[in-house]
Parts: sequence; structure tokens; C-alpha cells
Amino acid sequence: MHKYLNKLKLKPEYGLILAFIIFVPGLSVFAQEQAISDSRQKELKHLLVQDCGSCHGLTMEGGLGPPLLAVDMVEKPKEWLRQVILDGIPDTAMPPWRPFVNEAEADWLVNLLQKGLSNE
Amino acid sequence: MNNVISRWPRIFAALLLVAVTGCAMASKQVLRGTGDLGVIIERAVGKVLIVETTTQTRITEVEGLGNLAHASLVYSRDERYAYVFGREGGLSKVDMLKGTLVKRIVQSGNSIGGAISQDGRLVAVSNYKPGGVKVFSSDTLELVADIPAAYGNDGELSKVIGLVDAPGQRFIFTLWDAGEIWIADMHNPSKPEITKFKDIGKFPYDALITPDGRYYIAGLFGEDGLVKLDLWNLEAGVERIMPGYGRGEKKMPVYKMPHLEGWAAAGDMMLVPAIGRHEVLIINQRNWKEAGRIAVHGQPVFVMARPDGRQVWVNFAFPHNDTIQVIDVPTQRIVKTLKPGKAVLHMEFTPRGEDVWLSVRDEDRVDVYDTATFTRKTSMPADKPSGIFFTSRAHKIGL
Repeated sequence: MHKYLNKLKLKPEYGLILAFIIFVPGLSVFAQEQAISDSRQKELKHLLVQDCGSCHGLTMEGGLGPPLLAVDMVEKPKEWLRQVILDGIPDTAMPPWRPFVNEAEADWLVNLLQKGLSNE
Repeated sequence: MNNVISRWPRIFAALLLVAVTGCAMASKQVLRGTGDLGVIIERAVGKVLIVETTTQTRITEVEGLGNLAHASLVYSRDERYAYVFGREGGLSKVDMLKGTLVKRIVQSGNSIGGAISQDGRLVAVSNYKPGGVKVFSSDTLELVADIPAAYGNDGELSKVIGLVDAPGQRFIFTLWDAGEIWIADMHNPSKPEITKFKDIGKFPYDALITPDGRYYIAGLFGEDGLVKLDLWNLEAGVERIMPGYGRGEKKMPVYKMPHLEGWAAAGDMMLVPAIGRHEVLIINQRNWKEAGRIAVHGQPVFVMARPDGRQVWVNFAFPHNDTIQVIDVPTQRIVKTLKPGKAVLHMEFTPRGEDVWLSVRDEDRVDVYDTATFTRKTSMPADKPSGIFFTSRAHKIGL
């Protein structure tokens, strides 16, 4: 770190501030991506295709449950989608998935659905 | 005359040659029946396997059937053809002997299952989108009748579930959104005569017909209980069975809808999955009252009787779908818990029940278990297998 700061001819204090500016926001984005490991992402995708798929269709084209294609999902608010995944919709066939999926994972699923499973 | 006699050896040789090659050709085309054949759905790859239960082997595979998520099928009455219903509205006719796809049509946007008529001439498909039933010629797959499931005042279409055949050349089905049961009399195939039963209950999720073809029973998702229709006494209308079996307790989440097809009956007892409870319900068919309930490992999906009715095998919804439990019917007790592997989706008994075949989706395997010893006899590879269907279904009402 000091080596780079020397090159930039910055005092260490500035360097610290600079480091915060660069790394802290970067970290929070990074942390989310990092928190879900590759193997967990694979599991989540399997869950989505196979288990969500038993009502919403293997390709999310719909079944007893509504379709979850990108075109259906993209306009819907992320927060609401996350809540539906985690807590279900009372008095419907949509169950809560909170026992199996945490909030960051639900967000990851929302992003995947809005992007579209086939557009990965 | 002399000439003919002198030619005899040559004529004889020629005849012999014809006879020998004839025999050789005939022996290439082995004659066989289809009664010990079956189909396994490979749900992700649009393919079915044709298997044989006598030698427990794969015979061949048939490709090009489209999206087979939640696929099911019925057999022609000669057990030669399978009619496969795919999720994206595909209806495929598969030749079991040739191992070929005879014809495939896409008849709707989203479908769920089907049935074959009493006389074997009509194949009906129940659709989610557009909601309704379409009826086809089993011979040509040409459309014979279209029955949109319109309900309410503005003619909205309901998703259709629980489609079965019934005696009297009828199809019976249930409207998920509308909460109605419809009977379609197909004596005049292009002009079905529809009888409707309304307000049967909230969100009927599946239905069955008893093997004698007398009772049609729908399970409710939106309420505790089932409804029954006595086809010998339609004037009586629909009646509730086991109302409030949940005793007002909070339902547990259901991660996969149970199926009623392949239901279990042993003597007067009928075993069905509870909804939102980890229980199998026992109904006495003499008075349609609860005759007991058995606590099981998870939310039951299929509750299937071995053909002799002594055992009932149960599989479960996510996250308990690595397990199978076997109920001994006379004692109403679980006698065996098996862990065949991750995601056991379906079970099918051989025609007289000495074996049961299980599809273990996440292990890409189909296992064959001996139902007397609960030991695994063999397994075979299959790509994400789901439904297993043996041709003995061809002669059962409702299957």
C-alpha cells in the first residue's frame, strides 16, 4: 500500500481515506457476491428450477403457479419479490422459503429471475 | 415332362433358399407383447425411456417430446401406444413396440395431464392455459372437441386439474380457480354434454376416481377436506368428506402439491395425503368418515397402494423428498422407512406388485425394490427421471 501511495506522492492519511472511498462501497457489493459461493449458487439454481419449478414450470413458464419469466418479473419491485420468496403469500399455494433461503440468497434469486434463467 | 423332372433339383434348391431367407427375416422381427413394458419420463431433456419389467432393463429411448416437466401419460387399450402430456401443451403419441414418436402436436400453452376415454377412441388433455379441456382422436390426434373452462360472469378461464375417464364414455375434471367439477359426456364426441357442479370448495388441487368408476373425489387446498361425487347418484350432488381434518391448527407450508391419482384403497379403507400436515388420512369408504390418520415423515405427495392393497408406499415433498415410507394397511403402521436418494419423485408397482420402481431425480437413477424384502434389486441410469408408467394402467379406470 505504502509503495503505491509513495508513487502517487500522497500522505498515508489521505491514502487511508482513499482506501475507504475505493474499497468500502466496493466491499459491500463484493461481499454480497462473495457471500454466496459458487456451489451455493448452483444449489440455489437447482432449487429454483426443480422445486420452484414444480409449480412455476421447469423453465419458469408457469403451471399451477404464475409464470416467472424475465418479462413477468422485471417490472416488479425487488423488495416485494424478496418478501414473497421468503415469506410466501398467505391464502395461496405460495409457501415461505425462509427456512431454506436467506435474504441475500433471495436477492440473488430475484436478480436471476429478473435477468431471466435463459439469459444467463 | 422330362424337362421338368430334370429341373427338380434346381427348383427345390430355389424353394429352399426362399424358405430359409424367409425364416431368417422372420427371426429378425421378434414378436412380443407390451404387457410388461413401461415408460420413464426424463423430465429435463424431453425424452422418454421404454423399459421392460420382466428383465428390468431399458429397451430404448424416444426423443423429441419437448418440455416434460410434470409429464404424465395414458395408454391405448391395446397397450401399443403411450399418449404423453407435456407441460408446454405438447401431446405426443409414442409407439411402444417400434420405440418411435408417431406424432406430436402442441395443443395449448400450458397443460397438466390427460385421460383416455372408456372406448379408447378419445384422448383428453387438461390445460392451465388457456384453461379448459381439449379432446383428440386417439388415432390421428386431430382435435375433436374444445371445452373452455369458463366460469363466473365475465367468462374467465379456470385452470383444469384432476381429469379422469369415467364409465359411460365420460370425462370428469375439476376447475382449480372456479371450485367446480364438470362432467363431459362424450357420446357425441364433437358436441360434449356438460354437467356442472358449482361451489365445491376452495382450490381443488387434484382428484381421483375409485377403481370401480363410481366415486370422483377432489382434494381441496384452500380448505381442510375433500369432496365426493357419487356417479351412480348425481342428484345427490357433491358431498364433503372429512371437513376440518386440520382441527383448526395452522397448516405447515406445502412445497409440492400432493397427487391423488394412484390413490390407495385396501378393502373399505382409502388412504389419501393430508394438506399442510405430515399425515396420511384414512377414510372408511362405507360411511366416508375418518378411520384414522398416520403420522409420516413429511408432506405426502403420492400415497400409492401395492396392487394387492396390503402395503401403501408414500413419498414426500421437498425438503423431505429423499425418503419413502411404507405403511402396513391392516395395522395402520409404518413398517419401513427407506432413503433411496435425493428427490424421489414417483413410484410405480409392477402389475402384480412384487416390485416397485422409484425415480430418484437428483441421483439420475431409477431403482427397483423388492416390496417383500425392501431390498434394492437393481438400478438403471436415467437423466433426471420423474414419472414412471407401466402399461398395466391401460385397463384401469381413471389411469
